[in-house]
Amino acid sequence: MTDDILVEFDDVSFTYDRRPVLKGINMKIPRGKVVSIMGISGSGKTTMLRLIGGQLNPTSGQVKVAGQVVHELDSEGLYKLRRKMGMLFQFGALFTDLSAFENVAFQMREQTDLPEAVIKDLVLMKLNAVGLRGAYHLMPAELSGGMARRIALARAIALDPMLMMYDEPFAGLDPISLGVIGTLMRRLNDALGATSIVVTHDVQESLKMVDYVYYLSEGVIVAQGTAEEMKHSTQPLVHQFVWGEEDGPVAFHYPMAEYPQDLGLEPARA
Amino acid sequence: MERTTLDLWVGIFVAAGLGALMILALKVGNLGATFGAGDTYALRANFENIGGLKVRAPVKSSGVVVGRVSDIQFDTESYTALVTMSLDARYRFPKDTFARILTSGLLGEQYVGLYPGGDEAMLANGEKIMKAESAVVLESLIGQFLYDRAAEGGNK
Amino acid sequence: MPRRAGIGLRGIGHAVINGVWRLGYASRFFGLTLFRSGTTFRRFGLAIREIYFSGVLSLIIILVSGLFVGMVLGFQGFHTLERYGSEEALGVLVALSLVRELGPVVAGLLFASRAGSAMTAEIGLMKATEQISALEMMAVDPIARVIAPRFWAGVISMPLLAALFSAMGVFGGYLVGVVLIGVDEGAFWSQMQSAVDFREDIINGVIKSIVFGIAVTWIALFEGYDAPPTAEGVSGATTRTVVTSSLAILALDFVLTALMFRGN
Repeated sequence: MTDDILVEFDDVSFTYDRRPVLKGINMKIPRGKVVSIMGISGSGKTTMLRLIGGQLNPTSGQVKVAGQVVHELDSEGLYKLRRKMGMLFQFGALFTDLSAFENVAFQMREQTDLPEAVIKDLVLMKLNAVGLRGAYHLMPAELSGGMARRIALARAIALDPMLMMYDEPFAGLDPISLGVIGTLMRRLNDALGATSIVVTHDVQESLKMVDYVYYLSEGVIVAQGTAEEMKHSTQPLVHQFVWGEEDGPVAFHYPMAEYPQDLGLEPARA
Repeated sequence: MERTTLDLWVGIFVAAGLGALMILALKVGNLGATFGAGDTYALRANFENIGGLKVRAPVKSSGVVVGRVSDIQFDTESYTALVTMSLDARYRFPKDTFARILTSGLLGEQYVGLYPGGDEAMLANGEKIMKAESAVVLESLIGQFLYDRAAEGGNK
Repeated sequence: MPRRAGIGLRGIGHAVINGVWRLGYASRFFGLTLFRSGTTFRRFGLAIREIYFSGVLSLIIILVSGLFVGMVLGFQGFHTLERYGSEEALGVLVALSLVRELGPVVAGLLFASRAGSAMTAEIGLMKATEQISALEMMAVDPIARVIAPRFWAGVISMPLLAALFSAMGVFGGYLVGVVLIGVDEGAFWSQMQSAVDFREDIINGVIKSIVFGIAVTWIALFEGYDAPPTAEGVSGATTRTVVTSSLAILALDFVLTALMFRGN
């Protein structure tokens, strides 16, 4: 039933500067699921998140969240929609002039009229959920990469959003932090009853915790399926990606002339 | 905590800035003179030539500033310059006061000098000073000098 | 040859069109900043914080520079006036130079280099680290929350800094002229008082510094907001802020001086 679909891409295309980034994307993301969008760099993954959040408008097609077409919303409607979304940016994007506590409290202070005492409790609860209640007073500059990422996660769930979006959450983390983030993402999603979309190219971590995977290549969905299905896929593109093969449909070599010619051993051919 | 220190510094900054502005206005500029004057009354005078006299030039008597020039117009009835002065109400001048346009120093600005006469009746608000002598214009002075020299030479 | 000239011309044409396009974008940015200023006035604490960073932290450089400029004016002014026997006009020279021109202009240039470049770098880095994006996704308008308070802080700080500069300069001139050289103290102040007019000189100077404040802050914020999110992008934007602001100040100074000090 359509009630179960939270985010829907209906034949969406997006062009930037005359370059097509997304072509005819069709996607349905049901409520309560953790879905991963994978692909090599530049395949258009982050653009999809921005389309969902209304930061970009599709060139054609419709992006729907909870039944509403995002780019048809007025500023009031977009405002309300964004209150129900939480986004974890690559590397956290914490406000560098505010402490960890104030970062998490930010949205509460801006969007709600909650008294300070309530906000304090809520912030500490969110920080506790990510295991960093003791670090509430630290400034972003004093946090390690993994800690900053977790604080950013606490900030993203500050208002208990119905949709969580993660932009490369695993980028640049040590193995322990990777495990922590992955576990937190799954746990929070189930605890909040939310839906999560994870944009990543970290295969191992994401396949551990996602329900469904979409594989994007050059702006088109070339494969989709459950985590198990993707792992055992025989499609060359997917296989190369999942198993990290150096050569396959995505060539190792950048387009070039013949090697002997480049080295000057043979004359250039017409 | 940190918030209040910040506010304190900003407050100090704004106060200092406004204070500097006040200092400039009162000590450096002539705001004190204009506003501190209090009540004023107007007197007028016709001059054949005002020279370099400007609006807001001082009006002095015995070297003391007693007012400011408030307006300079061309009087089409007498084809002379009509100067209106705004004088401090404390200082009244007799009807036979003499007004001259003088220069302070060699390159200084021009001002109106008032020389009181002996008349018992005082000038009222808006009245005209009847005796006015124009500014000394350098070119006429040189011309006069050359003429005198020529006349002298001729006589010899 | 003609082909190379053609390419050169095309390059110029390209640059001009780019410049005009950018100016339009900057103007729209300016308009947006003004429209979304409501938050700044309702939550003035935001602006106060920015006044601290752009105004208070510029105090030292402004006061020290003002003092030195005033002292130099004292020296140079004295030696020039001495030739005409008009040493007593030193106060007039120092005060008028500062209040009419040097105060607003030099304070403006210093403000552009110190506070303007800091603003550009800050906004540019916020954009590069996706903090601006994060604000948008949290349904907080970055222009209202980040840009507008900084704009009003700059506009408020500039005239105050210019006044402080001029006041320190007059003091510097006094130090050199009266205390060091020995110009008559009474003549110094009294001639100055009669020559410097509140409406003509001081108010005009304040108007100039407000105009400069608007220009510098606008340029600084726009360059930061429009900077490419890379290290070179932000550093290039910071340089552009200082250069463009300085040129703008000098050009506006010419226009304003021509308008204000006509015939007097």
